[in-house]
Amino acid sequence: MHEGLNQLAFVYAAYALGVSGTLALVIQSWTAMQRAEDRRERSREQ
Amino acid sequence: MHGYANPARFLRLARLLTAPLLVVGGLWTLAVLAWGLLGAPAEQLQGETVRILFVHVPAAWLGMGGWSLIALASLSELVWRHPLASIAARAAALPGAFFALLCLVTGSLWGRPAWGAWWVWDGRLTSMLVLFFLYCAYLALADAAVRSGHGNTRIAAIFGLVGAVNIPIIHYSVIWWNSLHQPPSIGMAALSGKSAMAPEFLYGLLAATLGFSLLFGGVVLARMRSILADQQTESRLRRRAMEYADA
Repeated sequence: MHEGLNQLAFVYAAYALGVSGTLALVIQSWTAMQRAEDRRERSREQ
Repeated sequence: MHGYANPARFLRLARLLTAPLLVVGGLWTLAVLAWGLLGAPAEQLQGETVRILFVHVPAAWLGMGGWSLIALASLSELVWRHPLASIAARAAALPGAFFALLCLVTGSLWGRPAWGAWWVWDGRLTSMLVLFFLYCAYLALADAAVRSGHGNTRIAAIFGLVGAVNIPIIHYSVIWWNSLHQPPSIGMAALSGKSAMAPEFLYGLLAATLGFSLLFGGVVLARMRSILADQQTESRLRRRAMEYADA
């Protein structure tokens, strides 16, 4: 604050990391689940 | 808990809850973060940086909550041999590690303008960093147990239980030692309306924590379903290979 830092730049960085990281975690978990359940269904049909 | 020891029964419940938790948690979190960024007032002392707390506090809560879940599941695995316990612990590890890391990074982004330093070797920060390393070690141990093929996750479970000693250290670090980090602002007093925090920040933080927690629950359920499906596929293929070998 003494250096005249733009506080909002730190706020935007924290939000960007929080939102993009959480979104990536959700998408990765969901697609991994879909693939694993598809593999299980295919193995059942074989 | 043992009512859900049957994977088929668990899967029925998980299928019902996974998508709603992710959708409701996602929309709720986005709404709270939009308010935190655009609607919440700047704080008198912290200025605009107070907005970072709407990401930082839920991340800290889930970083510690994730390990608490691992410890409970590990206890359940070691004592009661609950068949889904090791799956729940493994499913919580990566999301827990992510939120512990997010807590450290957002804390650093808050610390630079507020304290003038990206990092200080303070009790709270250091114990949170130790938690992140514990997650990394747990992930490696659980992965090694799966890759070895015998499926023995007892070592990872013992590690999960022993690592839980770090959770009270994180919580009480700001009370036990001199710390730059502020003491706990949200506790039982907050629920009875006696918090030192202004209501708009307190309710905002509680709402953000609820949204991220719903997302965390959805992610853990999705990862449990994924691990369970992989195990069922593998055991089916193994059984079929043995039938071919016998024929």
